[in-house]
Amino acid sequence: MLRLLSFALLLATWWVAATIAGSAKLPPPSAVLAVAVAEAKSGALFLHLGATLARVALAFTLSMAIGSALGYWMGRSRLANRLGDPWLILLLNLPALVVIVLAYIWAGLTEVAAIAAIAINKLPTAVVTLREGARALDPSLDEMAKVFAFPRGRILRHVLLPQLAPYIAAAARSGLSLVWKIVLVAELLGRPNGIGFEIGVAFQLFDIPLLLAYSLSFAAVVLVIEAVLVQPFEQRASRWRLRAA
Amino acid sequence: MRLEVDIRSKSYTSANGKRQEVISGISFTLERGELGVVVGPSGCGKSTMMRILAGLDSNYEGRVSQPAGARLAMVFQEPRLLPWRSVEDNVRLAAPDVAEDRLAAIFGVLELEAHRSHFPGELSLGLARRVALARAFAVEPDFLILDEPLASLDDVLAARLRDEIATLVASRPMITLLVTHSMDDAARLGDRIFLLSSRPARLLRAMPITVPRAERGEETVAAIRADLARRDFSMS
Repeated sequence: MLRLLSFALLLATWWVAATIAGSAKLPPPSAVLAVAVAEAKSGALFLHLGATLARVALAFTLSMAIGSALGYWMGRSRLANRLGDPWLILLLNLPALVVIVLAYIWAGLTEVAAIAAIAINKLPTAVVTLREGARALDPSLDEMAKVFAFPRGRILRHVLLPQLAPYIAAAARSGLSLVWKIVLVAELLGRPNGIGFEIGVAFQLFDIPLLLAYSLSFAAVVLVIEAVLVQPFEQRASRWRLRAA
Repeated sequence: MRLEVDIRSKSYTSANGKRQEVISGISFTLERGELGVVVGPSGCGKSTMMRILAGLDSNYEGRVSQPAGARLAMVFQEPRLLPWRSVEDNVRLAAPDVAEDRLAAIFGVLELEAHRSHFPGELSLGLARRVALARAFAVEPDFLILDEPLASLDDVLAARLRDEIATLVASRPMITLLVTHSMDDAARLGDRIFLLSSRPARLLRAMPITVPRAERGEETVAAIRADLARRDFSMS
């Protein structure tokens, strides 16, 4: 209820601001909605949203999988940590734009280059978070698993993953918000479709309703995915804590 | 099938760089079906020795020979349960092949039947210790290590759990090693009692008890305790 009220307040503010600024600079919500409906009817909106979502899904999965494995390894092995740390610091501080531009130069304006660039941008944060998780693993449970001769799969599923789940959820949460931002830049610079590409077109035409229609549709999808996928996973991961309390 | 232990020396480097010797000579053997009790002053290195026997620490001088392929189970000083799995899952994960009637029997003896679906965080320490015992017995081990399983429990509960351990140990032939600082536990449960010195631990005396466990009355227990007290840690 409070959320709806807050949202209504946002719309009202927008409306007032649009009236003051004039529709050339800031079109009112109704105009943006009309453009969004038109784009949706022609199918363009869904095509571009789909392209962007596919890139997000691929880059996110790739960087989470590799980042988690690397982070776990670096948290468990001192040698791996020493070897990987300089690379990690470099990657963490490398601007997203540099990675994207270099990827396009080296691999061409291809889908592989775009997805790789997005994944590389997200990778170091996943590594850092999972490294913390691996460092916080309880050694007494490792010993228990060893004494009772747990096979690897059982250790992973019942001993390690439950301990790492909060860290994986945190990495997913922060990583996803990073990917949402970077994917548009990658599309703007070198893809012929996707939300980022459309925003680029709208920018060149100074078409503010089109720009807002795509941006807000994208934001709406992000919100839904956060609410439907990420938050339930976080809650499920800490279910046993709630029961225990 | 027997357990042969010969730990000549175990030391580690402490945080301030000093070399500390924890064990300076412990050797004994234990046959299948025997329950050995290790008694020693607290902090003498009993737990270190148990970690070596459990294969968790291989950085020592000497030799420990376990029968090949022996199934190991251990009750640690703390329960060490998986907090995100139920009581029953905790036991089943360690003992996936346990038959339902065997599991029910163990839960029955330890009075855990009502707690099967509870999470460890919902249990008292006494209950959690019983779950750790249930887990160890459900494995049907050939070699069972009990590291102060009765510590920090009240006398009544400790006495009951001790009887339950005796019942479970009698239910199958295995090598059992119990660490305790309670002379009473030692006198009531042990087939052989190993007295350790204070740190660095060495074996002061290996004392066989000839009266079978089930036939020990209060007088026998008192006599064993008196015998133990005569060669107590003052020696070290």
